[in-house]
Amino acid sequence: MQTRRINACLIIKDGWVVQSIGFRRYLPVGRPEVTVEFLNAWGIDEIILLDISATAQGRAPDFDLVSRVSRHCFVPLAVGGGLATVEDMRRVIRSGADKVVVNTAALRHPELITEAARVLGNQCVVVAIDVGHDEAGTARVYSHADRRIDSRSVVDYAREVERRGAGEILLTSVDRDGAKTGFDTALVRSVADAVNIEVIAVGGAGHPAHFEAVFQEGHVNAAAAGNFFHFSEHSVIATKQYLRTRGVDVRIDTQASYAGAPFDALGRAGKLPDAELYHRQFSYHPEERI
Amino acid sequence: MHSNSRIAIIDYGVGNHQSVANALAFLGYRFVITHQRSEIEAASALVLPGVGAFGEAMDRIRGLGIASLLTEQVHQRRKPLLGICLGMQLLADTSAENGCHQGLGLIPAQVVPIPPQHRMKVPQVGWNTVQVHRRDVLFSKTTDTSAFYFDHSLHLVCAPEFVAATVSYGGDLVAAVQRDHVLGVQFHPEKSHNSGLKLFRSFFSHYGISG
Repeated sequence: MQTRRINACLIIKDGWVVQSIGFRRYLPVGRPEVTVEFLNAWGIDEIILLDISATAQGRAPDFDLVSRVSRHCFVPLAVGGGLATVEDMRRVIRSGADKVVVNTAALRHPELITEAARVLGNQCVVVAIDVGHDEAGTARVYSHADRRIDSRSVVDYAREVERRGAGEILLTSVDRDGAKTGFDTALVRSVADAVNIEVIAVGGAGHPAHFEAVFQEGHVNAAAAGNFFHFSEHSVIATKQYLRTRGVDVRIDTQASYAGAPFDALGRAGKLPDAELYHRQFSYHPEERI
Repeated sequence: MHSNSRIAIIDYGVGNHQSVANALAFLGYRFVITHQRSEIEAASALVLPGVGAFGEAMDRIRGLGIASLLTEQVHQRRKPLLGICLGMQLLADTSAENGCHQGLGLIPAQVVPIPPQHRMKVPQVGWNTVQVHRRDVLFSKTTDTSAFYFDHSLHLVCAPEFVAATVSYGGDLVAAVQRDHVLGVQFHPEKSHNSGLKLFRSFFSHYGISG
């Protein structure tokens, strides 16, 4: 049975992982290699690396960074930011990425999606769609590079990128970015129901229950968070165990599983009962060696 | 005998060989990424990775002159071969991806699109458990709950005797094939976290290659 995907979306600015809030404020988190190594160890299902300085500086992604990061990454690695040509995409794949993420270049030249899918295969091409709202409150495609709302309807554009060969859509709600108030499930559902490719929802995760809500109400199999996973040990495992207790099918492939742990109102894993801890201190738990 | 054995990751110019190399490096194996005849001939085991389109991959493999070399290494030298994703599909006789293409023909099989009547999203992207039919070579270190990462629009169809595992996606699709020492997996073990690393360990240990 296919499991729901819990992905990490890492925003890279000037070579550092940052916390992004509303696409405007950025707080430093740490080095990409370290962040990726931890997320991999904590059993994340996929890592999406977005270099937001690349397009603004008119350059391709940092291939050397991709190569360094990929050495610690035994889950799929999708890389985006500044990918303007198929040659850039080939190079980022050869550097260790498994998929490419295109955003600005696809908005400006949608035919690039077709060309990328032909050369790399559509399973390799992820189109990122950022969504804002116009004055009337209607969801519209947002161009971060141009800092403006595009006239295109989100659903029409999603259908177009599917028709042109995208294998997945990375759908980000700009308003929810860093807000921790939950995913925009209505927006996510409107896109997921309109296309026959996988949609990854991003923006708003602040509680494990938000993932459950976007899977049920957003009609998607995959959701991603950045900020939510950065600041607590084993955040990914604890989130997955919470979801498992709620009946959501997720993959737990790590030695630590938090099975049996209580969860507090914030969705954080709590302490096991004293009797259980007493029992465990005399049992042997060797580190798993593959 | 095998302490100096080296694995050849076949590089034919497309696809992500680096991910496979990263996994083998983590597990401590000696390997070389190559399309050179001498290095392939010197290797004890072969890994054929692959991401991309079938036709272009076969054109490149033929262009480099390694199609016949791989067949010879497998049939005459009896070297274990593991195909991954597109690399598994290349083991088949033919593929219907964008036309009709001849494959390596190492396993009697055809590659066809995932049928739309499965009513599932295509490509299949994500983590899925597999039903193991033959555990000995590939799945000796994983369990029935182990999930692997799939990312594919086409799938391989072959006789049941060559099926090592299936995956449920609408209907049952072939997840792993096995014909003597020729093996293939539709999923990406190099991207399947601990379960994928265990699969590599299982495969190489079976053939006496240590890391």
